[in-house]
Amino acid sequence: MHSVPGDRLFGLALWGAALSVAAVFAWLFVDLARLGLGALSWDFITTAPENAGRDGGIASILVSTLLILGVAVGVAAPVGLGAAVWLNTYTRAGGGTGRRIRLALDGLAGMPSIVFGLFGNAFFSVYLGLGFSILSGGLTLAAMILPVFIRTVEAGLGAVDDGWRRGAAALGLTQSAALAHVILPAAAPAIGAGLMLGIGRAAAETAALIFTSGYVDRMPESLSDSGRALAVHIYDLSMNVAGGDTHAAASALVLVALVACANLLAVALSRRLLTRRLAL
Amino acid sequence: MNPHTLGCIEAGTPCCVPVPHLSIENLAVSYGDTPVLSDVSLDIYKGCITALIGPSGCGKTSFLNALNRLTDLIPGARVEGRLRLVDGANSLDLLDPGLDVRALRRRVGMIFQRPNPFPLSIRRNLELPLREHGMRRADALAHKIETALSDVGLWEEVRDRLDAPALALSGGQQQRLCIARALVLEPEILLMDEPCSALDPIASGVVEEMIQSLSGRYTVVIVTHNLAQARRIGNYAAFFWMRERIGQLVEFGRCRQIFDAPVHPATAAYIGGMRG
Amino acid sequence: MNRSADALLAPLTAAMAGAAALLLAGMLGFLLAESWPALAHGGWLRFVGLAWYPLEGHFGLAAMCIATLAVAALAILLAAPLGLACALFARFQAPPALAAGFRGLLALMAGVPSVVYGFWGLTVLVPLVARWQPPGASLFTAGLVLALMILPTVALLAHAALAAVPRSLLDGAAALGLTQRATLLKVAVPAARRGIAGGVLLGLARALGETMAVLMVAGNVVQLPASVFDPVRVLTANIALEMAYATGTHRAGLFVSGLLLALLVLGLAWFAARLEPRHA
Repeated sequence: MHSVPGDRLFGLALWGAALSVAAVFAWLFVDLARLGLGALSWDFITTAPENAGRDGGIASILVSTLLILGVAVGVAAPVGLGAAVWLNTYTRAGGGTGRRIRLALDGLAGMPSIVFGLFGNAFFSVYLGLGFSILSGGLTLAAMILPVFIRTVEAGLGAVDDGWRRGAAALGLTQSAALAHVILPAAAPAIGAGLMLGIGRAAAETAALIFTSGYVDRMPESLSDSGRALAVHIYDLSMNVAGGDTHAAASALVLVALVACANLLAVALSRRLLTRRLAL
Repeated sequence: MNPHTLGCIEAGTPCCVPVPHLSIENLAVSYGDTPVLSDVSLDIYKGCITALIGPSGCGKTSFLNALNRLTDLIPGARVEGRLRLVDGANSLDLLDPGLDVRALRRRVGMIFQRPNPFPLSIRRNLELPLREHGMRRADALAHKIETALSDVGLWEEVRDRLDAPALALSGGQQQRLCIARALVLEPEILLMDEPCSALDPIASGVVEEMIQSLSGRYTVVIVTHNLAQARRIGNYAAFFWMRERIGQLVEFGRCRQIFDAPVHPATAAYIGGMRG
Repeated sequence: MNRSADALLAPLTAAMAGAAALLLAGMLGFLLAESWPALAHGGWLRFVGLAWYPLEGHFGLAAMCIATLAVAALAILLAAPLGLACALFARFQAPPALAAGFRGLLALMAGVPSVVYGFWGLTVLVPLVARWQPPGASLFTAGLVLALMILPTVALLAHAALAAVPRSLLDGAAALGLTQRATLLKVAVPAARRGIAGGVLLGLARALGETMAVLMVAGNVVQLPASVFDPVRVLTANIALEMAYATGTHRAGLFVSGLLLALLVLGLAWFAARLEPRHA
């Protein structure tokens, strides 16, 4: 290409921007790895934290994290699925209610996580009397991931071949039978992707958890115990514990790996949905 | 001799007795405020194949969808007029809002333009409607499945791989599976919306032959843009045309009469144009 | 599955959709109810001042509001052009394999938990800035970390918008003999402006609502910053820092700031919704 000098400069600027952004991110990862990789081992994952997290591992914290995620997904998945089915099945003609609900969901999706934290503290911890517990934290996160999950599943249901819907109706199948045997299985990749996105977002969350599920780093014995999530652990180690940086970095590596896995799975699942549609 | 017997019809199976199976009077369909079909009156005769012909967008598919109330699925769709399913001395008002639509659709099956087997195994595709209509016994299920697949000439092709995904079948096989899926419920009437148009010529021929073999046993209403096909398999033909952007039934009669001696000039022009 | 299941389907799923949407109303309701003790005594006016001494009855949010807006503005001023440049690079400039890799990096970075950005900012960026402009933890550092955090989102959404620009439009521009710079800046970017603006607004909402990443690097002094290198405290950080021990009117005051954040973000979401192209 014989390009004019201004054009050449513009291209260089784009390259420069992309390279510098990539370099900063590489810098971040290298720092994390340099600081945390030494502490990362199988023992780190399987032993309990000691000395406020400076020593030992993150076993109880991983368990708390998984329990909180379990509660969040266990509540958000069925409610979200139902809501998505309703939006997809009963609001096809348009109509005000569906539009208003979607608007409310979009508003909810953009809400800062700290606001979810405040709500969770006021509603679950205080009003419902659940206190600082894994249950409070999980329910707060369920509220937080619900809107994104609903919209992802709704989009997936909308992408399901209409021929199947009409075919099921023409065979005299009930709506619930068509959903259970044809529509939901066909939308399974979207449902999986929505779940993974939600899990990724929930696992990364800190602000919504510090005053709902709390700080306690002991191994939780029940859902009504307080439990410290991995993200909260990183926050606490780096802000409140002198000499906690190494373990904070190691925990951050574990958390990034967890979230990256969830996101990759989400991408793979939605891609499967796409190819399946193209195969028809 | 039965006064209703028409004698031999050149095209199609020997002959059939014009006993109304579906009786349609002044049927009109509209979507929202847009009328798409108005003032359609005709009888669909029992055991005969009735071909619906005419240009695209003149309401043939809407008409077909009204016959098994699939219009219910379309938001804002309204069907007016009289539409009855005649069964001896009894007749069922199909536009009754309180009608058991599931029972109706069991009696009136439908085949779509694009084959739409469910993303399940071949066996599950046929089992699902049976189970949902209350059949649970394994031996009866197996027997019905074999019968339906044999009826569409698919049994020999798939008997060894009933648990393979239905979507792995070829287009023509998929369409025959969809017909089997409709037949397995033992309907009286089959509605077909251009069942061959998405298939290659060979598969199309196979499906067409199969449809022809259904006449006599089932009442078939088929939309087709292929006039030669309509002529080959139809006993009766209904010609739809647009007037002021609303679809209307222009002419209805025996297939041979419609093709060889059309009464209405629009019919003549359409058939002549398509032929030339 | 029988017809009674069908009779249940609509009300059951409708209830779930309704519950999900009511979450927004419930959240705002709870925020308002919890704010009431502070709002009822003295009304809105007491929140206007600069002084935040909640234990002595001074609830001035102005300094923190200004800090919130300043940090978010700095972040978006950095992230928007850089994100757009990254999107243009990935869409038009990079060789295909590199573009895919770069997009993958952006997606990975978009999923990194904010607490990890905060941790990196705290351990790497703050000491670095401190050597140049002490104390290091400042409005500037917070803006930098936030910019890094929202950049992948801005870039990915801008990329999606650019990818939706019809090829024919670009070919047309090229056929006119326009330079690449002119093609991209005068044709592609304007054609994708709604999507790009939507991404920037989403980034802005995330910047306004972010807690952890800012809390860890902003210094958290309640003051009107005299320069960008002064430490500041933002609204979200204030909630996270003080919720643990706040009671009575103090707690109510924190909920007022939460309510303010929620309304701010809802306003932004409403604005973004108006940007979206109307469906025909």
